[in-house]
Amino acid sequence: MDLFEYQGKELFAAAGIDVLRSRLARTEAEAVRATEEFGYPVAVKAQVLTGGRGKAGGVRLVSRPEELPEAVAPILRMTIKDKPVRAVLVEEGATVLRELYVAITLDRHAKSPVLIFSRRGGVDIEQVAADDPGALLRLPLSAASAECREHCDSIAAAAALGDATLEAALVRTVERLWTLYRERDLSLVEVNPLAVVDAPVRIVALDAKVVVDDNALYRQPELAARRPDEDERERAAREAGVTYLTLDGTVGVLGNGAGLVMSTLDMIGAAGGAAADFCDVGGGARAQRIAAALDIIASDRRVRSLLVNIFGGITRCDEVAAGILAWREHTSVDLPLVVRLDGNNAADGLAMLERAGCAGLTVTQSAREAVDAAVTAAAGKKGDPA
Amino acid sequence: MSILVNGSSRVVVQGMTGREGSFHTERMLAAGTKVVAGVTPGKGGETVCGLPVFDTVVEAVAATGADVSVIFVPARFAKTAVLQAAEGGVRLAVLITEGIPVRDMSELVSELGLDDGPVSERPFVLVGPNCPGVVTPGECNVGIMAATLFSPGNVGIVSRSGTLTYEIAMGLTRVGLGQSTCVGVGGDPVHGIGFLECLELFEADPMTAAIVLVGEIGGDDEERAAEYAATHLTKPVVAYIAGFTAPPGKRMGHAGAIISGSSGTATAKAAALEAAGIPVARRPDETPRLVAEALAEGGHHGAEIGR
Repeated sequence: MDLFEYQGKELFAAAGIDVLRSRLARTEAEAVRATEEFGYPVAVKAQVLTGGRGKAGGVRLVSRPEELPEAVAPILRMTIKDKPVRAVLVEEGATVLRELYVAITLDRHAKSPVLIFSRRGGVDIEQVAADDPGALLRLPLSAASAECREHCDSIAAAAALGDATLEAALVRTVERLWTLYRERDLSLVEVNPLAVVDAPVRIVALDAKVVVDDNALYRQPELAARRPDEDERERAAREAGVTYLTLDGTVGVLGNGAGLVMSTLDMIGAAGGAAADFCDVGGGARAQRIAAALDIIASDRRVRSLLVNIFGGITRCDEVAAGILAWREHTSVDLPLVVRLDGNNAADGLAMLERAGCAGLTVTQSAREAVDAAVTAAAGKKGDPA
Repeated sequence: MSILVNGSSRVVVQGMTGREGSFHTERMLAAGTKVVAGVTPGKGGETVCGLPVFDTVVEAVAATGADVSVIFVPARFAKTAVLQAAEGGVRLAVLITEGIPVRDMSELVSELGLDDGPVSERPFVLVGPNCPGVVTPGECNVGIMAATLFSPGNVGIVSRSGTLTYEIAMGLTRVGLGQSTCVGVGGDPVHGIGFLECLELFEADPMTAAIVLVGEIGGDDEERAAEYAATHLTKPVVAYIAGFTAPPGKRMGHAGAIISGSSGTATAKAAALEAAGIPVARRPDETPRLVAEALAEGGHHGAEIGR
């Protein structure tokens, strides 16, 4: 689960990691109230769960009250990489003296966390990794230990801040980030930049990128309660127990298992089509879950054909067929539907669909035939205007 | 022969008294697996599927001589269950449970030293979590895979995806290419053994003549497997990778890419595998043909098979 910058900074502040004063604003009036609290200049920053915010014009510096409306209003109307901006963070201004980079994430190969530090922050860190690998420290951490003291000297040396008080503040910040990462079950905490600012000279987290391990939300109730707004289909999917992601195409896809669904999307692409979604009903789905998933997929008005691709291991194909038939009974959606069933109880499932003899239903036993039929149907069917 | 499990493996089921545990115990028994006991703390003395239930793995191993454990406990108890299995002295634990926090898995790897030394010399091996299990067709089925999709033979499969394992194994079975052992290593970011360990085991297994590697986007396990195959294997490897059209959905910030040194895309993985002489199927149903060709040609280094 990704957190917004303002949510990340709330976590930072509670963990004793210094941030600048800021207020969340959903309207111009709220932004004005924030500036009354800490004056000018301020930074106005779009709150959106995607990168590239700065390049898209989602961050503005405002030094005078009369400039505030013309900065806030356009940002609140922006959509950055398909994500509508619903709020801005209004943050007090500061003079930045140095920009550093620090992140903690999982090193999948080492199977343990790793701390990444660079004296060159505030820029694209992948570019730093490519141009100047020496400017990047990678320090392994142990999941079994709360300690990261052994790395503090090398971080302080790399930062070369030339001031013992600042160095101590930097080390303290890194230690608190590691504690936060461990205790809150994070998958990523990234501060870019971690800045040295003036008046008074101190170290603050100017940005906050925080990702929480979804699997650990059961024991992080405070973080689970911060779940950012989802769109209606994503929420319905979570409640139905299916994994659903909206994509850009016109073929609605339902399958069992992430690998099989990804493979189905690849085959649709290779056949000249594009999937409208990624929908994995998981293992052992019963009829009810299949029907709920079809409702969610078909509620996307761009969808022009539906493809069900099931290879039953624990999943029983007769349950899948029952779910499809139940959905056809109650839905008002009229879309061509292509079904491929193989594996556990496939013969029963196929026979059920055949007996029902629905118009617009094509049944195949190979994934390839099913994909071709669904792509052809999507191309031939005129969709509703989005 | 086979890898990890065979007809003489004696299996204990942790979480056998639960709904999933009892359901799959029946299926494993029906597939001919020697399931010998169950373990559920606090339920020692009960009987499930005609088998004795113990409070601890230690007791179950002492009473039945079990050497493999399969774990169906809920995610929040999974770490403790794996520690119990290791303490109990089984040589292999297969962790089916999904939804386990990454921190728990990292702690297990570190506390049990799971990655220390070559896999053949480790006293305790973990497969999973979030995996479908391990099948040696006709001999032993540990996990949740449907035994009827597999047939005995000489193709080893190692896969990060459950349903794609079915799809590909069934495709092989239908053209008469049976399997030595199929291992679903699981899809979680931190897991027990992976491609490298399974390639090492398959290379050493006289029954395995060719290996199918089923990968997907994320991480760099496939790239590392490609390098390992090029330098350590004599047996032919064929791959299938899922996710060529997957959008760069949940990005792990920028830090993730810096760590692995790879973009984690299907395209990058396929390129690395092909550069190592490993053919990559573009659809799952192309895999059987590529395997048949590889078997006909022999090893990708031209070495002899099954030496």
